[in-house]
Amino acid sequence: MEYAVSILLSGISLGGQFALIAIGYTMVYGILRLINFAHGDVFMVAGLMGIYLSASLPFYISLPLVIVVTVLLGFVIERVAYAPLRSAPRMSVMISAIGVSYLLQNVATYVTGGQPMTYPELPLLYDTVKVAGTPTKWAVLLTPVLVVILVLALTTLINRTKIGMAMRAVSKDFEISRLMGIKINSVISVTFIIGSALAAIGSMLFFTNYQGIYPTVGAMPGLKAFVAAVFGGIGSIPGAVIGALIIGIAETIIKGLPSAWDVSVFSDAFTFALLIVVLVFKPTGLFGEKATDKV
Amino acid sequence: MSNSDIILRVKDLTVNYGGIEAVKGISFDVPKGSIVTLIGANGAGKSSTLRSIAGLVKPRSGSIALEGEELTGRDPTAIVAKGVTLVPEGRRIFPDLTVLENLRIGAYLRSDDLSEDLNWVYELFPRLKERSWQAGGTLSGGEQQMLAVGRALMSKPRLIMMDEPSLGLAPLVVKGIFEIIREINRQGVTVLLIEQNANMALKTADLAYVMETGSITLSGTGAELLTNESVKAAYLGT
Repeated sequence: MEYAVSILLSGISLGGQFALIAIGYTMVYGILRLINFAHGDVFMVAGLMGIYLSASLPFYISLPLVIVVTVLLGFVIERVAYAPLRSAPRMSVMISAIGVSYLLQNVATYVTGGQPMTYPELPLLYDTVKVAGTPTKWAVLLTPVLVVILVLALTTLINRTKIGMAMRAVSKDFEISRLMGIKINSVISVTFIIGSALAAIGSMLFFTNYQGIYPTVGAMPGLKAFVAAVFGGIGSIPGAVIGALIIGIAETIIKGLPSAWDVSVFSDAFTFALLIVVLVFKPTGLFGEKATDKV
Repeated sequence: MSNSDIILRVKDLTVNYGGIEAVKGISFDVPKGSIVTLIGANGAGKSSTLRSIAGLVKPRSGSIALEGEELTGRDPTAIVAKGVTLVPEGRRIFPDLTVLENLRIGAYLRSDDLSEDLNWVYELFPRLKERSWQAGGTLSGGEQQMLAVGRALMSKPRLIMMDEPSLGLAPLVVKGIFEIIREINRQGVTVLLIEQNANMALKTADLAYVMETGSITLSGTGAELLTNESVKAAYLGT
């Protein structure tokens, strides 16, 4: 029983961390119909920033600074690599995203010398607490709470504010949004800023649990978050969160199965098998719109 | 007509669309406070004309001036801010936004109090008030057209351009739309209307231009063109 509780808790927590990354994928897709392949690497850079900035600054300065720097990175990537291709075919933008992804990985290799780095033991987040008899990091406990707060804040922003209304309008119809006087580029920038900020927060929680950081470390969580976004119905924020939770919990359960069964090594394969099964029965994902393309 | 009576002056406008010259150097004036219509067949270049005035497509050459101020090549945001708005072809309301949100987004650039203008739009279209919390996409075609017009009015335009507002609507609804166009005009908004329903458009308009394959071939008052033999043969089917 205690084991089950601790498995479930770490599953929810891992899922929550995926969710924070997945929101960035799903929001950008919702507006640009672009799979932002660089998003996982932005997450990795946020991790590296956490290491470098925390080395010389107290955490209450370094962590907010990590968010600021990551947001800036997301903003610049969009302006430099995606915005000039606004009227180019979608495939060109996708290739640009792949290019940015490798650029970030290469820069990370250059800066770190390719050596794996260790994420700092952040006060509070790294401290342990006993939950159902199992020592658990505060990061694990805090993740679901933070995810709920951030998702509520985000949905309020999208549904109740003027910029949120503009985001919903732009995601449906670029041209008419321009006719209304909405500055498309600003709305898109806001989307990247939100996605990057959430990825930065996700990086603090994720790397507190999995402390090793190397240039390609963003690939797997990024890919899983992307799968979560597709799983939930890409473009849908609640979908991304639910999808991420399912994937996080499923993965943790498989890894927690008795080692004699020898299945834990297949946990990643399982994630993708699950995606295929869901997409066979529900091609647009759990909460996806029927028409996935712009009309 | 003196210059001060002209709200919009289009001069030698050329617009390329998809590699072809859709508008071939047209010139026309829209007098302040009038209803002006551009009629013509599908593909005559009417939509391209309106779209370039609204800033959605950049004209290749020529000039578009609003009360003497050059609008040519400016972006749609600047043009809406100047008081020129477009009700697009096919209505294109935001289906997921509520009726009220659709109206509010029409006033996106405004930061003043909207309640007065919301009431104005609701008075013009009581149906929209009843449905203000419904998603725009759940409205009927005619109601969506009302919403598209209402959305455009929320920007407090001096000139409202309408691209085929009667398209795909039942005759009775079309009649209602044209009544609204007259009503909006009576309240001081200049209207530039393009229509395939030439009969209704000419009956409503003070001034009319006929467009054929990118050029203006005829102009006159609505009443003049209604009795013009070539217009009758080509557009009125009488």
